[in-house]
Amino acid sequence: MKFGIVVNEGPYQHQASDSAYLFCKAVLEKGHEIFRVFFYHDGVNNASRLTEPPQDDRNIVARWSKLAEDHGVDLVVCVAAALRRGIKEENLAPGFRISGLGQLVEAGIQADRLVTFGD
Amino acid sequence: MSEESSIKKFMFVNRKPPHGTIYALESLEVVLITAAFDQDVSLVFLDDGVFQLRKGQQTKGIETKNFSPTYRALDGYDIEKLYVEKESLDARGLTEDDLLVDVMVLDRKALGALMDEQDVVLSF
Repeated sequence: MKFGIVVNEGPYQHQASDSAYLFCKAVLEKGHEIFRVFFYHDGVNNASRLTEPPQDDRNIVARWSKLAEDHGVDLVVCVAAALRRGIKEENLAPGFRISGLGQLVEAGIQADRLVTFGD
Repeated sequence: MSEESSIKKFMFVNRKPPHGTIYALESLEVVLITAAFDQDVSLVFLDDGVFQLRKGQQTKGIETKNFSPTYRALDGYDIEKLYVEKESLDARGLTEDDLLVDVMVLDRKALGALMDEQDVVLSF
């Protein structure tokens, strides 16, 4: 099955980005496909390369980057939501790209299931 | 993919008050883009989301944008399916007359059935 994923909340503040990441891993382990992960609202903060969590905690941003590197997962950050929150090309973590909301709609059209994580 | 199969039923469920968080405003942005993709779009307002459609919003005092006039412009984008949950209106002492656009008021059960028919449900 082809999944689209939407992440609507920021890292550490909310369970949504952890749940979304673990869901993505499970999807791939089961042999399914991830069409795209789209980051919206405060979810765009998942893409900040300036994030530096303490050493003994999980690195949520780096985890996404590794997912993109290992599995070619398309990580897309909404440009309007990103600019509002100070996320730009210059501080974008590896594996992410900035694009428009059309990418979210396309994920809804192309995926068999669009799964949202957030409030 | 045929043109027919690339049209999906998108439902946007708005559950939060219009101000205080950005969910309502950013939801509206997705709605407009989805309509631009010629998809079958419908909007639902329930819980505190019904306040998004409240007439007479004045936001000057809280220094935020009053984007409520945008709901009136939705039919210009061929977005005409606006549903409001009856129980949510009742619980907040609101009626259809308090809302700034024409809507269809449905009870919780009917809304649930409508959600069941959708291809994509996005909740904000």
